[in-house]
Amino acid sequence: MKLTIGHLYPDMLNLYGDRGNIRCFQKRLEWRGIETETKYFLSGETVDFSGLDIVLLGGGSDREQELVCRYLKQEKHGFQDYVEAGGTALAVCGGYQLLGKYYKTDQAMIEGLEILDIYTEWEPKRLTGNIILKSELSEAPVVGFENHGGRTYIGEYPPFGKVLYGYGNTEEAEWEGVVYKNVIGSYLHGPLLPKNPEICDDLLRRALAHKYGEDISLSPLPDELEHKANQFMADRLMVKKKRS
Amino acid sequence: MMLELRRRLAMFCGKIAGAIVRRIGKGRGSVLPGHVARLIAPDILSYMADKFQGKIIVTMGTNGKTTVNSMIYHALEAEGKKVIANRAGANMLNGVVAAFVQAAKRGGKLDADYACIEVDEFASTQILPRLKPDCVLLTNLFRDQIDRFGEIDTIRDRIKAAISSVPKAVFVSNCDDFISYTLALECGNPVVAYGINERIFDGISNSEVRESTFCRYCGAKLEYDFFHYGQLGIYHCPSCGWERPAPDYTAEEISLQETGYAFSIDGIPIRSRASAAYSVYNTLAAYTALRVSDAPTGRFRQTIEEFNYGNNREGTFAVNGSRVHLHLVKNPVGFQQKISLVMKDAAPKDIIIQINDNFQDGTDISWLWDVDFLYLRDANAASITVTGIRRLDMALRLKYEDIACEPAQDLEKAVRELSVNGTGNIYMIVNYTGLFPANQMLRKMQAASEKGRKRGQSK
Repeated sequence: MKLTIGHLYPDMLNLYGDRGNIRCFQKRLEWRGIETETKYFLSGETVDFSGLDIVLLGGGSDREQELVCRYLKQEKHGFQDYVEAGGTALAVCGGYQLLGKYYKTDQAMIEGLEILDIYTEWEPKRLTGNIILKSELSEAPVVGFENHGGRTYIGEYPPFGKVLYGYGNTEEAEWEGVVYKNVIGSYLHGPLLPKNPEICDDLLRRALAHKYGEDISLSPLPDELEHKANQFMADRLMVKKKRS
Repeated sequence: MMLELRRRLAMFCGKIAGAIVRRIGKGRGSVLPGHVARLIAPDILSYMADKFQGKIIVTMGTNGKTTVNSMIYHALEAEGKKVIANRAGANMLNGVVAAFVQAAKRGGKLDADYACIEVDEFASTQILPRLKPDCVLLTNLFRDQIDRFGEIDTIRDRIKAAISSVPKAVFVSNCDDFISYTLALECGNPVVAYGINERIFDGISNSEVRESTFCRYCGAKLEYDFFHYGQLGIYHCPSCGWERPAPDYTAEEISLQETGYAFSIDGIPIRSRASAAYSVYNTLAAYTALRVSDAPTGRFRQTIEEFNYGNNREGTFAVNGSRVHLHLVKNPVGFQQKISLVMKDAAPKDIIIQINDNFQDGTDISWLWDVDFLYLRDANAASITVTGIRRLDMALRLKYEDIACEPAQDLEKAVRELSVNGTGNIYMIVNYTGLFPANQMLRKMQAASEKGRKRGQSK
């Protein structure tokens, strides 16, 4: 078995350690003896979605997102077809915003990929800090860090998780991120997956099932360290919440 | 007249506050005097800076500002100049005010030839308009404490507003860094550029992850003859033709000797004791700022050759017969440099990495994933210990490079054990809030083991 991971525009969308997610996909496949290949598509290069099993669209600054938009326009239909056909994707932060119809900043109107009927609007107060979610995709809480000026309105789509600590899609919404088919969009940036191995494995399972057409069970890995790191942050933040 | 009295009172009370803090041993009084003085006279800094007869040199930038400011300070003192400077790290508004207040003589007189002031990039919009410096040096701009600043573009805009507010200040800019050099051009201030034409950084200094390198003028991707590190390098735009300028000041004939980097600036041959390539940049930056400020440089060579690169913050300690090298990292670019430095030492070693996530460290530690740790596999490390609040995240980072490490809660115990049973060669890499306590701890341990040794000898 083999999975091919496509990292879209790491030369522009590479804010906040997005590479951690790629690394996590790679290692958790490699440790299970599943072959893996990662293709990096730099801005301006054409993306052949047919050869990809997992797509990562990372985060970038507002300015970079505007630039990325130019390149993504040409890839819009390819990406849409990939998602509709059940392709697996993780879109983080700026990448999450780009899944929608548009991202309206104070400076510009950034056109999105229109994969989902969601939209994002910028507000001056940045929503920054540690965040914990309860997601249906994972037994353990999902822990991460968010840092965004955009507020994302997801309509009727199911969210990625319920916010236990932090902000999420907007200050008022108690939800974070979005799930559609085999796509997760989330503000939890950079190394979302290493501390949330269940989410990583869930995406890997989806990608394998899509490619090999059967329900694939992944062999368990010794994840004590992952769980400890996850638990440490979850405990620490929940204590902080109780105190306040 | 009332106003004048008020300002005098502000300076007086500020000084008293500083004296009390030092007297009761609660610190060095490098910030509180500023706070107190501003409470009494909010305009105290602009007032003092206006009256100041000497030249003011401001140093900013993500990496290297403390070192460069200290170099400038020592170089000026070596020339017999009287210099006002803020303490390392006291680089926000109150720290700068404190430096001026502490230096004031009776009647509020400032009897100095120069003021060299390190300024936090975020606080620059508060400080620069009040200070009206003659020269502003920007070392470089990297992602750093992103959660505090938002994005690198946010901090870039802030610095631009700050420097544009003092149009007469000469902007000393690192032209190898297109992010800060384009910023210098946008400000409209007179610009003096420094840069390095030679290739001196090794592959390890270069993480694959860097700020995006797109032309600020046409949006095309810049092409590089080669990278120094981060986004620094020799670049040009293939689309609109914009390119790195020939620097006004450069370091040449750069070579790494056994004792450290040797190079020449403006015909001055220098044999430094620094073994990290970025030290050449720091030295060049300091020299350029001095020349721009019409300072004499006759003793520059001597100053640099005797310079303590550790700023009394980093350094080497002798503990139980082991050498402990203490290093500070604040961001991925800096961490990559330190890994390169560790790799230059071929001897067996024990490595300790401490990662905290307090406010001053940046509460977001995602950047650890932007550092290429895989090199540590070949670092001849007998052991790697991870400590600090986020030691588990650090351990996880290493796990995903298949590098084994040991999390430890008690740093002192870990150092003690390694110093007795280890390789005798310990590298300790800490981030911001870990530095001061680690320094104190190692000093104490060094003193204790020296005492023990003497006692052993006298027996």
